[in-house]
Amino acid sequence: MSAERIPILRMGSYLLVTIQVDMYDQLAMMLQDDLAHAIGQEESRGLLIDISALEIVDSFIGRMIANTAAICRVLDAETVIVGMQPAVAITLVELGLSLSGVHTALDVGRGMALLERAAARHT
Amino acid sequence: MSLAIASQLSASGRPDFRRLIVQRRDEILAAWVKEQLKEARSESLPADELRAQGDEFLTLIADPADSDSILDANAEAWAPARAFLADLSRTRARQGFSPSETASFVFALKRPLFAMLRAEFADDAEQLGTEIWRATELLDQLGLLTMEEYQRGREEVIHRQQQEMLELSTPVVTLWDGVLALPMIGTLDSARTQIVMETLLQRIVETGASIAIIDITGVPTVDTMTAQHLLKTVTATRLMGAECIISGIRPQIAQTIVHLGVDLGDVTTKATLADAFRVALSRTGRMVTAATSAGDGA
Repeated sequence: MSAERIPILRMGSYLLVTIQVDMYDQLAMMLQDDLAHAIGQEESRGLLIDISALEIVDSFIGRMIANTAAICRVLDAETVIVGMQPAVAITLVELGLSLSGVHTALDVGRGMALLERAAARHT
Repeated sequence: MSLAIASQLSASGRPDFRRLIVQRRDEILAAWVKEQLKEARSESLPADELRAQGDEFLTLIADPADSDSILDANAEAWAPARAFLADLSRTRARQGFSPSETASFVFALKRPLFAMLRAEFADDAEQLGTEIWRATELLDQLGLLTMEEYQRGREEVIHRQQQEMLELSTPVVTLWDGVLALPMIGTLDSARTQIVMETLLQRIVETGASIAIIDITGVPTVDTMTAQHLLKTVTATRLMGAECIISGIRPQIAQTIVHLGVDLGDVTTKATLADAFRVALSRTGRMVTAATSAGDGA
């Protein structure tokens, strides 16, 4: 497999991930690993995943998103998914994945505001 | 001499009812138009239009020279006649003619034609029978074709209307900056809900609205399927990062939902669109107050 990885950006006490490429299973697994490590190391308070460029999802990617959120919750961080495309939302609903533990927002700005509110509630 | 024989041969190869049509065309046409006018309702087509249509059709009937395919209306030789009839019955379907009125265009030809055949073959019962059978067979096929085309024309109209209804019935309106409303009217089936969901999500992306209100005041009944569709729309909206409020649930629909055991979960529901709008405003940090001059009546 190629060595390309999805970069994880650190913004203060939050992590920011922007998915700009097509997700294949290997990439998703690597991302999940990297995120778990990063949150553990940085003691981040929240994770923001921007999937506005993601146009196709399958059940695996959907479950990976839900799992990542669950892992973050265990590590005491909130997850916000932003910019989901209508087609992706419809697909996830039809697949029966409602991502109930995940916060969602329309864009990165609102997502950050949501993370900050959640973190403020937390402390 | 040889030419005369040849033409005689080709003439005898054709069924005689068609020779009659060619020879006594004007007579048949006049009788046919009269027949149609007799059967038709008062506000139907004028006589000269019927005459023009009949004239064209008689030309098309008399035209195919291929004797093998003469009695088979589906043969290649009849393609122009079929196209003409298709056009005619679609036009009539659009003009609101009834099925029998449309079909009578072809069937009305029988009476004058048969009368003429009877006169022609008065002394030869067997030949008369054969000719009448051949003419009947051909005209019946063409008549049925008219009906099929009529039906197809009507189906096209129905299909177009369905399409228009789908488009008409899913308007997404902006109530306020960041607040969308979707007034749903009519029964919700899978196809409609799919369109509703897609339009709503698309508009959320376009406007960046954070709250969507689905108003189901105009939905006559709610069954498990409809509730399922609604829940899917609400979940998809939430996945995109917007909130969804369902309003306009009438008392009997609320009863049905509870009796069906549908769990609306943590979906915000309100009785009226006004209530939902108030919630939407307060969630976006706004409120509506009375203007100071309105209350004092001065």
